[in-house]
Amino acid sequence: MLHWLTLMADSLPSLLWAALVFTIPLTLASFALGLMVGLLSAVIRLFGPAPLAVVVRFYVWIIRGTPLLVQLFLIFYGLPSAGIVLDAFPAALIGFTLNVGAYTSEIIRAVIGSVPKGQWEAAYSIGMNWNQAMRRTILPQAARVAVPPLANSFISLVKDTSLAAAITVPELFQAAQRIVATTYEPLILYVEAALIYLVLSSALSALQLRLERRLGRYGGFLEAKS
Amino acid sequence: MIRLTNIEKRFGDLTVLKGVTLSVAEGRVTALIGPSGGGKSTLLRCINLLEIPTAGTLRIGQEELSFRDGVPPAWREIQRLRRQTGMVFQNFQLFPHRTAIENVMEGLVTVQKWPHERARERAFALLQKVGMAHKADAWPATLSGGQQQRVAIARALAPSPRVLLCDEPTSALDPELSGEVVEVLGRLADEGTTMVMATHDLRLASRIAHDVVFLEAGQVVEAGSAQALFTQPKHDRTKRFIATLTQQGQHGEGV
Ligand SMILES: Nc1ncnc2c1ncn2[C@@H]1O[C@H](COP(=O)(O)OP(=O)(O)OP(=O)(O)O)[C@@H](O)[C@H]1O
Ligand SMILES: [Mg+2]
Repeated sequence: MLHWLTLMADSLPSLLWAALVFTIPLTLASFALGLMVGLLSAVIRLFGPAPLAVVVRFYVWIIRGTPLLVQLFLIFYGLPSAGIVLDAFPAALIGFTLNVGAYTSEIIRAVIGSVPKGQWEAAYSIGMNWNQAMRRTILPQAARVAVPPLANSFISLVKDTSLAAAITVPELFQAAQRIVATTYEPLILYVEAALIYLVLSSALSALQLRLERRLGRYGGFLEAKS
Repeated sequence: MIRLTNIEKRFGDLTVLKGVTLSVAEGRVTALIGPSGGGKSTLLRCINLLEIPTAGTLRIGQEELSFRDGVPPAWREIQRLRRQTGMVFQNFQLFPHRTAIENVMEGLVTVQKWPHERARERAFALLQKVGMAHKADAWPATLSGGQQQRVAIARALAPSPRVLLCDEPTSALDPELSGEVVEVLGRLADEGTTMVMATHDLRLASRIAHDVVFLEAGQVVEAGSAQALFTQPKHDRTKRFIATLTQQGQHGEGV
């Protein structure tokens, strides 16, 4: 028992370091970039020219229809054969960004579409152009509805970044693997890694709740009791 | 002065407006009446270009725009005309994520780039005018229908439009709540606000309209002063329609 605790305490700094330097930045960066890709894709599908919308649909189809791990392998191990050599971290960043982009584009498309057409008309009727209507009237209302599903994507992403271990990114899970290789204590180290992931996702859940409250303060909707 | 000349609107094979020509004088209130599906809403939406007419010419004040089938006007042209108008919708369409006063400020701040404080002052004055100053900081979800519509009227007036378009402003409200909206619109009419409103509400039309246009199946059947049209309509069709409105009015309900 004491042995386990010391092992945990000894390994904690390197696990936290891996989370701080790789897992968290990878998650934040690919979510932010993925959200932009998702917004752009959604806007193209709703408002863009038909040929572009088809391209976006194709992108979503490919990304959603193939395993994330396979995508990461393709980018990191496959692309060099086509002359494109990427470091592990950028390769993971691209893979996760594309993934987040595809899933969130469907969420964003749905929530933008859920804002009543009359809101566009009200915005236009006071002289707004498309950009202003989108930014000031539609997106703020869509955002309120988007928080729970986007939080789902975000929380999945935190955990999915562990797949980057397979393409040599020394993130949290790989750090745990490495310590296991020298200590032969898989149970304790993987539990420890799992707990750190749990803490990270809990922080995001708490953030989600606060954001929902803030964006929903204008009322008119059912709210979660807790 | 608003002038529609031969305004035509088609949705696919359906011709909803069949060459509507009418003028609205500055400072006067024109009521559009007529049976459901006759094209009242479409006509209003063709004035602020939420729908683009298929053909015809629209003039509001000094701004004029002609439409040809299959040639969408440039966005700037649309904006140029639309900015002469304000619109009040049947179901209010307040921005739910903005307080009452923010709703009224929105056009001034976002479109006209007024400084925040000045916009707030004007918005507050407008809220006072519609009797909603005491709810300036309330969310729309917490207001009654009549209160929401009064805020919506203030919002439409904020950018000082040349004409206020109202599409059945009272028909989503029960008689009591619609009374407060009729009163506000009546006061605006007395102050010389130019208005065009579609309505089935005889109380509204007879209380504030100077002129009435009877629209049926996309055509103007009869137009004239409210007095003349309500008391001695020339066409049989108009006579019968007004009779049905009067009956409904006696039963205390709009359509
Ligand atoms: N976007 C649209 N696409 C196709 N048809 C439409 C569209 N908008 C209106 N119409 C049709 O145009 C006709 C006129 O509709 P409109 O809403 O202008 O009538 P209205 O006089 O306002 O009726 P009501 O008194 O019921 O409000 C109707 O037949 C309607 O179905
Ligand atoms: Mg209508």
